[in-house]
Amino acid sequence: MSTQAHASKAKRVPSKSVEIHIKRRANPDSPSYWEQFEIPYRPNLNVISCLMEIQANPVTKEGKPTTPPVWQMNCLEQVCGICTMVINGRARQSCSALIDNLDQPIKLEPMQKFSNIRDLVVDRSRMFDHLKQVNAWIELDGTHDLGPGPRMDQDDVQERYAYSRCMTCGCCLEACPQYDEDNYIGPQAIAQVRLFNMHPTGAMSRDARLEGIMQEDGITNCGNAQNCIKACPMGIPLTRAIYEENRETVVHGLFGWLKK
Amino acid sequence: MASNGIKIAIVGGGLAGLAAAMRIAEKGHAVDLFSVVPVKRSHSVCAQGGINGAVNTKGEGDSTWEHFDDTVYGGDFLANQPPAKAMCEMAPSIIYLFDRMGVPFSRTPEGLLDFRRFGGTKHHRTAFAGASTGQQLLYALDEQVRRFESAGKIRKFEHWEMMSLVLDDAQVCRGLIAMNLQTLELKAFPADAVIMATGGPGLVFGKSTNSMVCTGSAVAACYQQGAKYANGEFIQVHPTSIPGEDKLRLMSESARGEGGRVWVPRNPSDPRSPSSIPETERWYFLEEKYPAYGNLVPRDIATREIFQVCIEGKGVGGENQVFLDVTHIPAETLDRKLGAILEIYEMFVGDDPHHVPMRIFPGVHYSMGGLWVDYDQRTNIPGLLAAGECDYSIHGANRLGANSLVSCVYGGFIAAPAALEYAANVDRNGDEGSRIYDQELKKQQEINDALIKQSGKENQYTLHQEMGKWMTDNVTVVRYNHKLKETDNKLLELQDRYKRISINDSNLWATMALPHARHLDNMLELARVVTLGALNRNESRGAHYKPDFPDRDDENFLKTTIAEYSGEGPTISYEPVDVSLIPPRKRDYSKAKKETAKA
Ligand SMILES: Cc1cc2nc3c(=O)[nH]c(=O)nc-3n(C[C@H](O)[C@H](O)[C@H](O)COP(=O)(O)OP(=O)(O)OC[C@H]3O[C@@H](n4cnc5c(N)ncnc54)[C@H](O)[C@@H]3O)c2cc1C
Ligand code: SF4
Ligand code: SF4
Ligand code: FES
Repeated sequence: MSTQAHASKAKRVPSKSVEIHIKRRANPDSPSYWEQFEIPYRPNLNVISCLMEIQANPVTKEGKPTTPPVWQMNCLEQVCGICTMVINGRARQSCSALIDNLDQPIKLEPMQKFSNIRDLVVDRSRMFDHLKQVNAWIELDGTHDLGPGPRMDQDDVQERYAYSRCMTCGCCLEACPQYDEDNYIGPQAIAQVRLFNMHPTGAMSRDARLEGIMQEDGITNCGNAQNCIKACPMGIPLTRAIYEENRETVVHGLFGWLKK
Repeated sequence: MASNGIKIAIVGGGLAGLAAAMRIAEKGHAVDLFSVVPVKRSHSVCAQGGINGAVNTKGEGDSTWEHFDDTVYGGDFLANQPPAKAMCEMAPSIIYLFDRMGVPFSRTPEGLLDFRRFGGTKHHRTAFAGASTGQQLLYALDEQVRRFESAGKIRKFEHWEMMSLVLDDAQVCRGLIAMNLQTLELKAFPADAVIMATGGPGLVFGKSTNSMVCTGSAVAACYQQGAKYANGEFIQVHPTSIPGEDKLRLMSESARGEGGRVWVPRNPSDPRSPSSIPETERWYFLEEKYPAYGNLVPRDIATREIFQVCIEGKGVGGENQVFLDVTHIPAETLDRKLGAILEIYEMFVGDDPHHVPMRIFPGVHYSMGGLWVDYDQRTNIPGLLAAGECDYSIHGANRLGANSLVSCVYGGFIAAPAALEYAANVDRNGDEGSRIYDQELKKQQEINDALIKQSGKENQYTLHQEMGKWMTDNVTVVRYNHKLKETDNKLLELQDRYKRISINDSNLWATMALPHARHLDNMLELARVVTLGALNRNESRGAHYKPDFPDRDDENFLKTTIAEYSGEGPTISYEPVDVSLIPPRKRDYSKAKKETAKA
């Protein structure tokens, strides 16, 4: 039901300082380079609190003043998805990455599958476009008062709830060997198709959603590598969604024309 | 109703902003929607508990009137009653609408919506979706707004920050100036009406339970341009949050509800691990001071006691923290009843609360105060409306749990038709043409240019920290007039030092430094509103507590505080509260509500 706990629980022996290497880039047109920083160790630091400290006084480990590193953050509770970056080689949220659980030096890089804006910031707007492509919403008659929605079984609700926790962070896309630029819509959008096709009202406009994942960049690109589900911080059953939607698209492909 | 060229600008894409956007687009009118972060990542996703609405599916005789009474009583009678009543009446239909939009609300065996009990009521009135209701509600609105965006009715400006309003010579709002957060380009956006939906100001207190965009900067800008700010001194502090270096995360009150005990070592600098400190050397201060209720004293009392212990240096290790201990509760019970929230603690602190007592401290959580609005969500500036946590209208002196999400949607649903009605009847700004936009654009550009050029020894992040510490220490849980005066002096000092900050980023592309400096300036103005509002209110009411004035004083202070910007900081005045529906009575949670009133 809730999120997966991160990483190993075994704590490293506390050191006196935290060493952080950051992959920097001034703007999309300039080359990237690494910079090293060191801050005093305290218990319970996470990656963002280290970045905040560096930001206030941007001086490298060698004592050279530099520009403050730029990243994104908002909720700091692993629920908005904005602070995602690659930490020690794995895409995850920097707000829930505890220093005590990370090997040092800690390496911070921007996500690779999205264009890099500056330092640790990338442009993930494509993920929101994908939600449009699959009509990831319920077609309401209107927002006026029409009483409650359809009754539902708590078991179905729980499955939908699992899909509905997707925070569009992109960890799954970063991990997916098939996803690269615009060639594949990716597991997050497919899981959203599942979320809405499972809903009694949503099911009435299922076909439009299926067509959204039956285009060239659609579901058939999935090579079933299952990296995505391991990468998802919200524990979303992505491979199950892909399996179910594969079935739905096959049936739709065979019999969809009958409805036309 | 076809579009007749009306354009409404909405600032903020949390629950309130998205609710308004959806309603306006549905009527066929154009919306420009601005947000610092992609709207799906707005602060509303943080809400865990649920959303209130009296649907009475549990056969408890609940009613919208009961909900209204709980809201007004919980708010210590400072809320104007007509809008609070209207919200409670709309609440069931709001929950049903979310149900139709596909929110995975928890269900009963019959497949109906399930409801849980929350603080401040005896009824099962809170609908919930797992432990992330806010996220689920926000996503539902985000989806509907995306549907309208796909249809071309809503234009989103994400990663654009509203900097100021564009006012004409008659002080009528004609649009806004926003800044592209990558390029720092400033641009004027004309609109027939502007709806502010920018959420709370938690960052004025440095660290809070709020998200990082909750600076209150946008409303502070409106206030400096003439919008009235109401009840600023009413800040809700949650008794149990998890102190972090970066923020304070919420620890649900259910931990105490299930038997959690609050204590500190009798010797604050006791070097032993908590489990090896014997019972006799632990101070269970809530149990000692309140033998009848123990750890289950109401929210405000728990907050005050924990705060006092820490301020006196008696917190764990002399720091601002006390233990919230559930280690004595059988693991099986913990997992069944508190599993999800204990997991959050472990994720962010790294300790397992099954075995190690949690460290908690009260955290600034919610602002009851905000932009002054009338019963149609209109501010005093014609053409400017406000909804959600950034307006003051519903919660009086204290907000009940799970009442905010519903108030945000209610506010958005009232603001949308009010903005359209205004826009349909307003004279377009013919004569002034682009002049007023150019003027304001120039003014904002000059502020940015000056900041960039400015050089001095002060550090903007240090100033922010100092402000946060002063505000947290002196203007939250326990307030003394001399401390409030000192805090205001400190704020004046910080405003002076602000003139000598230098932006520490020579690369202005996508920089965080310049926007933060602009926020800081606005936050300092808002901090003064909160502080002086508190100083002037010599009583205790709801979240506002002064030991020197421990009682509620209806004769002098059953009034809404109004702050207006004078150029020299806030001018404070008062306006009467509409208590026409439920006569004020004493708020006393040691007795059941029935005994205090009614009868
Ligand atoms: C941890 C936590 C738990 C909570 N749990 C509950 C609960 O269980 N039940 C409940 O009822 N309430 C709860 N609350 C309160 C509730 O979550 C908030 O009050 C509510 O979500 C506020 O919504 P909003 O629409 O007003 O603004 P927000 O969701 O805060 O959105 C503000 C929007 O404004 C934008 N913005 C801000 N400034 C600018 C600017 N200058 N230019 C452009 N855009 C801007 C932001 O990008 C964002 O889109 C909780 C709060 C917290 C902190
Ligand atoms: S299963 Fe593999 S190929 Fe398919 S989406 Fe997941 S990671 Fe990509
Ligand atoms: S499916 Fe999981 S990993 Fe992918 S975007 Fe959603 S939350 Fe992130
Ligand atoms: S800041 Fe929201 S997920 Fe990390």
